Amino acid sequence: MMRKRPDINELKEKAIKIRSTILKMLQIAGSGHTGGSLSEVEIILTLYKYEMSHNSKKPEWEQRDRFILSKGHGCPTLYAVLADCGYFSEDLLWTLRKMGSKLQGHPQRNVPLGLEASTGSLGQGLSIALGLALAAKMDKKDFRTYCLMGDGELQEGQIWEAAMMASFNKLDNLCGIVDNNKIQIDGFLKDVMNVEPLAEKWESFGWEVIRVDGHDVVGLMDAFDKVREIKGKPSVILADTIKGKGISFMENKASWHGVAPKEDEVEKALVELKKQK
Amino acid sequence: MEIKKVPTRDGFGKGLLELGKNNKDVVVLSADLTESTRANWFKNEYSERFVSCGVAEENMMSVAAGMALEGKVPFCCTFGVFAAGRAWNQLSISVSYMDLNVNIAGTHGGISVGPDGATHQALEEITLMRALPNMMVVVPADAIEAKKATIAAASIPHPVYLRFTRCGVPLVSKEEDEFIIGKAKTLKEGSDLTVIACGNMVCEALEAAQILQEQGVSVRVINMHTPKPLDEEIVLKAAKETKGIITCEEHTVVGGLGSAVAEVVCQNHPVPMKLIGVKNQFGQSGKTEELMKYYELTASDIVKRAKELLGA
Repeated sequence: MMRKRPDINELKEKAIKIRSTILKMLQIAGSGHTGGSLSEVEIILTLYKYEMSHNSKKPEWEQRDRFILSKGHGCPTLYAVLADCGYFSEDLLWTLRKMGSKLQGHPQRNVPLGLEASTGSLGQGLSIALGLALAAKMDKKDFRTYCLMGDGELQEGQIWEAAMMASFNKLDNLCGIVDNNKIQIDGFLKDVMNVEPLAEKWESFGWEVIRVDGHDVVGLMDAFDKVREIKGKPSVILADTIKGKGISFMENKASWHGVAPKEDEVEKALVELKKQK
Repeated sequence: MEIKKVPTRDGFGKGLLELGKNNKDVVVLSADLTESTRANWFKNEYSERFVSCGVAEENMMSVAAGMALEGKVPFCCTFGVFAAGRAWNQLSISVSYMDLNVNIAGTHGGISVGPDGATHQALEEITLMRALPNMMVVVPADAIEAKKATIAAASIPHPVYLRFTRCGVPLVSKEEDEFIIGKAKTLKEGSDLTVIACGNMVCEALEAAQILQEQGVSVRVINMHTPKPLDEEIVLKAAKETKGIITCEEHTVVGGLGSAVAEVVCQNHPVPMKLIGVKNQFGQSGKTEELMKYYELTASDIVKRAKELLGA
């Protein structure tokens, strides 16, 4: 079933807006994970603006599709997209990482705000998503579950425990996405702990694998269309991305993994983003 | 006369069977060891609600969290060493942080496991689980209580860790007795000192109290089947009414039941205490009875420590 696609240019503009929001949030917070938030923008945006059935007016709607951000440190992007979808006011975004805020440094479950699970300890999100998908199958519910992982996160053994179990249970209502930005806090994955060949790994664990450019919203929509038709096994979208995407001095730099931009850096970045419109 | 002994894991198996019949939301997850944990009793009757996880405890705990988010009432079954130790961070973040109705059955608690030795004798679960916010810890004294605890855990909207024995334990309670998680039971009144025990040590405590009674020492015995939340009221009453408290657990004394009791006593009404348990050691292979003696966990060890405490 083809669903109605959003205007591509509007979506691309939205991605630029989300990037500038993320940078401002992180600057105000004074800490956080910039690189991996910027790399996943198109993935999360495409999920919420195209792929997933959800309604910010009815966040607890039983048939909503579920999204689990297993790479919990990437939450600024999720928060920004949820606010854009109307789950909460933009004002809340500026409380990120502040004492008493509902927008914790890593997501804390809050379904009314659109946050399905607490994550941040890497490797657990895919198992949680698997539990949701398994319960849905047991109860013959139609909702689908999506789980975004980091490529560095795939070094956790628990991911592969879940990968094994998801295909063993033929969970075609489960879709994993890997934000394959090739960098973790210590440096390039190839130097810290190589996880490639990723396609072969997931395939051998019984998953359907689709590899796309993770910044190409059309390619992502095509991939989600394809995944929806796969029956009898889970699917994973390997989304090749650039860490720090969109900001020249942040791209492909491990040093931007866990650091927030300062005021002057945000100003420079916003100028760059404006030129991309 | 041979005393009837039943492993508390059998009570767990029976509890699951009853839950299977009465609560359609109950699902059982097993990390292999399905027969050893008695999860197979449920599996044989309700296979459509049984989830085989293989030897992967970390994944099992987070999967259970996901299922609980959808309204299921999962019971995760494996040995205590693997449940509490190996999957601790999953129980912390996936389960306790989200405060879900996920129940964890850790069988093969204590050195009474016997010949399998240190790698399979769980000695730290009370400590590890007690440290997790929202997590409750229940150590039933016998198979009858184990069944009741299992059924009770399902209807508590928080995570509950249940600790069971592999070996047979004499019955110290009756079917008709009331059982409430968090509410301890005075099994014997006494005025000289109090013994607070959990699990299979309750039976040893009762035997020790009998021996001491014959020697003119009046001992109160409390079955603290719930190390967390601890029944503070019954502990403080004992501190006020008797001259001292001895705690007994087949578990490390570092952070376990004894520590939980001491935390309450020393901050509110300090009295002399003795903590009986495994003294920061690993277990080893042996017969249950040999090990209980070696690690000084028998009724006669309790008698000895009671006399030390009373200065006799």
